[in-house]
Amino acid sequence: MIALLKRDLALAVRAGGGFGLGLAFFLIVIVLVPFGVGPQSELLSRIAPGILWVAALLAALLSLDRIFALDHEDGSLPLLATSPLPLEAVALVKGVAHWITTGLPLTLAAPALGFLLNLETGAYAFLLITLLIGTPALSMIGTFGAALTVGLRRGGLLLSLLVLPLYIPTLIFGAEAVRRGADGFSAANALVLQGGITLGVFAFLPFATAAALRVNLR
Amino acid sequence: MSLHVKDLGVARGGRPVLEGVSFDCAPGEALILRGPNGIGKTTLLRTLAGLQPALAGEVAFPEDSGAYASHADGIKSQLSVTENLAFWAEVHGGQLADNVLEDFDLVDLRDRLAGTLSAGQKRRLGLARLGVIGRKVLFLDEPTVSLDGFSVKMFADWLRDTHLGQGGIAVIATHIDLGLDAPVLELTPYKAAQDAAGGSDEAFL
Repeated sequence: MIALLKRDLALAVRAGGGFGLGLAFFLIVIVLVPFGVGPQSELLSRIAPGILWVAALLAALLSLDRIFALDHEDGSLPLLATSPLPLEAVALVKGVAHWITTGLPLTLAAPALGFLLNLETGAYAFLLITLLIGTPALSMIGTFGAALTVGLRRGGLLLSLLVLPLYIPTLIFGAEAVRRGADGFSAANALVLQGGITLGVFAFLPFATAAALRVNLR
Repeated sequence: MSLHVKDLGVARGGRPVLEGVSFDCAPGEALILRGPNGIGKTTLLRTLAGLQPALAGEVAFPEDSGAYASHADGIKSQLSVTENLAFWAEVHGGQLADNVLEDFDLVDLRDRLAGTLSAGQKRRLGLARLGVIGRKVLFLDEPTVSLDGFSVKMFADWLRDTHLGQGGIAVIATHIDLGLDAPVLELTPYKAAQDAAGGSDEAFL
């Protein structure tokens, strides 16, 4: 498992690996919003939690189709399937590798971008925490979607349509927690629910992902 | 450690292609599969390797000892030759031994990125993977595509001396003569009848 994680991370940071693409996309979307909305700082700070979360979601979506497609093209996938590593472990590692290359940089960059949207002072900690809890779920759900569409040419659009609805609960509770933090209320409920979603996703989806891969390998 | 195949039926895309395939391989034995394009050599090998379910019959060999190799080598062009091999060795719980690089004439290429190799060199790298994973039962689909005569001989030598010599088994689909002292299984007689039962429903469901 460690070997696969190391390889995926090495591939991501080398030429053409797509590391940082999601982060750059996130940055550009957040920078564009004030241009579109106009310079009213109260309005910006009111919509900032939602914008930050939606942008994070889209940025995570951007690199999903690479998770299995490249391994499928060069034939690594059947070789991994016949290796001692169970496909469930492959699915988990792929999800974790995607999070490290996309979700983690997003989380770390988000507070700086919150500043651009005039986010309320009290909300920064919640932004960081909700992204830290929520983005792993985005990666794992996306890995499942990528496994479903792995054999398809140009499956990226279908992948987005499959995956985005599944992102809704994470988005609702993530943005809600940040909003409550900004208004000075307790965000504990939203955080707990979001954490529950992430844990549930990591408990079940590796198995579903492996099943989808097995069907697509036939 | 031996491979038993009994009355195996295989399907491609829901259509039966081969039925009643039976053979045995003892340790140190190889089997060459022959047959025209489309007869089902690749499908048979994938079924043997467990990548797709069989329609009928049984395949028996010790668990976790099979390996599959096809035209697609699973080589990452952004990784070097040694990084590629070390990855597969590590996934299989082993380590990359230097003699594998010598066996496949990759010593001079060891630090090159796989993306900069020629087609034949890439193929050698893909075959060298078989040397590092330590699997005893190999299912090889056209292993010598894009290899020159010298490399084919090198691969055949490795297969004979290192793999089969240490009690390994190999089932090989190939159109050329590898120079191995191995029985040949002609697949044409096993071609499934067009209205063969089983599998055909799958296309409608």
